[in-house]
Amino acid sequence: MASKRVRFTFEGERVGQPLIYRLGQEFALVSNIRMADVEHDFGWVVLELEGEADEIQRGIDWMQAEGVRVDPIVGDVVEG
Amino acid sequence: MTYATSLVCRECGNETPLDPVNACDFCFGPMEVTYDYDAMRGVVTRESISAGPRSIWRYEALLPVDPEHRIDLQVGFTPLLRADNLARELGMRELWIKNDTMNPTWSFKDRVVAVASSRARQFGFETLACASTGNLANSVAAHAARGGMRAVVFIPHDLEAGKVLGSAIYDPTIISVNGSYDDVNRLCSELADARHWAFVNINVRPYYAEGSRTLGYEVAEQLGWRKPDQCIVPMASGALFTKIYKGMSELADLGLIDDSPVRMYGAQAQGCSPIATAWQAGTTNIRPVKPSTIAKSLAIGNPADGYYALKVMEESGGGAVAVSDPEIVASMKLLAETEGVFAETAGGVTLASLRKGLADGLIDREASTVIFITGGGLKTTDAIANEITKPIEIEGSLQSFEEAFAAAGG
Ligand SMILES: Cc1ncc(COP(=O)(O)O)c(C=O)c1O
Ligand SMILES: [Zn+2]
Repeated sequence: MASKRVRFTFEGERVGQPLIYRLGQEFALVSNIRMADVEHDFGWVVLELEGEADEIQRGIDWMQAEGVRVDPIVGDVVEG
Repeated sequence: MTYATSLVCRECGNETPLDPVNACDFCFGPMEVTYDYDAMRGVVTRESISAGPRSIWRYEALLPVDPEHRIDLQVGFTPLLRADNLARELGMRELWIKNDTMNPTWSFKDRVVAVASSRARQFGFETLACASTGNLANSVAAHAARGGMRAVVFIPHDLEAGKVLGSAIYDPTIISVNGSYDDVNRLCSELADARHWAFVNINVRPYYAEGSRTLGYEVAEQLGWRKPDQCIVPMASGALFTKIYKGMSELADLGLIDDSPVRMYGAQAQGCSPIATAWQAGTTNIRPVKPSTIAKSLAIGNPADGYYALKVMEESGGGAVAVSDPEIVASMKLLAETEGVFAETAGGVTLASLRKGLADGLIDREASTVIFITGGGLKTTDAIANEITKPIEIEGSLQSFEEAFAAAGG
């Protein structure tokens, strides 16, 4: 199992679509939302995706194809 | 010595040791260095600071680095110039230029990199890296050279030749990415997870950001230990803007200056103004943009500290201004012609924003004002090459001179 921290940015009609729900339905991924701010036509969600590394990448590719901006959030670097 | 104690999450307050970590484990919010201010009171004084070196290291108590790990290019303590010619031109009473073009690699980025590179060396990293709009890469390459570290710098493909050359001379590995700064940043964020490199503005960002506070300290000290009434600061990620404010607030907390109000105004180019746009729309939700401006050093479409910059504007009673490319060029020229300071495009953005803010009644003519000129002009000569007066060409004779000089208007 792997996990990845990302920020999804939604614009326009995508704000109202259940994209995070579908991400969990159509891919073997668990999403864990940490922070969010959503207005009527714009919003962002910071979350952690858990699943196999390949599956996470497929899920992210799908979100991007749906028109969602995906930015990585840097985790910790354990040592120099 | 340093009084840095730990990292604290700016969102949820979660506290962790001083590690190379950027995001909070609980909420993924950004981490920030905190200090033992109580222990500093009475020990860190105006006198102790004034007795220190003429560089950012005079504020060593407030920088998160142990002295033996310093990489020192004598960054900072740049001139604060009283700008009476420019003030007269603009109808202002008291105007100052913080001339941060006078740093080792000719931009304020030396302040952030001095701190980040030193801390990275203290952590034991051997490679310094960054995602850069140009100036940062110059400074990372220079500090790596001085500190005996390897440098790998990532830049967008369309940077000015002067900015690329300004890195190449120190012989780092330069990766030119076919995309915008935001693409560069995204790639580097992935790499920061995969490689044991110190990306100064990614995994060691909390230390990097601290360096900019020294601009706030210096201005207050150079004004005779007081705050100005207004500051105009260029914004890309928005980090510099927030940290100048923080620096002045810290000095007031330590009792070194009066806690007088200072209004903070952020400056952006219209071709990349996500923070100014959010300010004008009255929202704290920043919409990423695709940059298109000659102010390439400020071309960050998805600003990491934009939200905090908006908070500072609100708290300080300031605001934000965005200006066009022609206004930027005109102000680069005005700054040079009136005060002898040759700034890069970001300096043009700052002065143009002051002029626009004055014209719109947003900025007060009577208040004591500092403009932060953060980068030197020789790196962005492309922007002005066609806007400057050409030399008068003559033969090497008196007659040729007299004729040509008279023809040019004497
Ligand atoms: C010359 C110059 N001024 C100002 C800035 C803005 O810095 P920040 O990203 O902290 O807002 C930059 C950033 O690259 C810069 O190069
Ligand atoms: Zn947190």
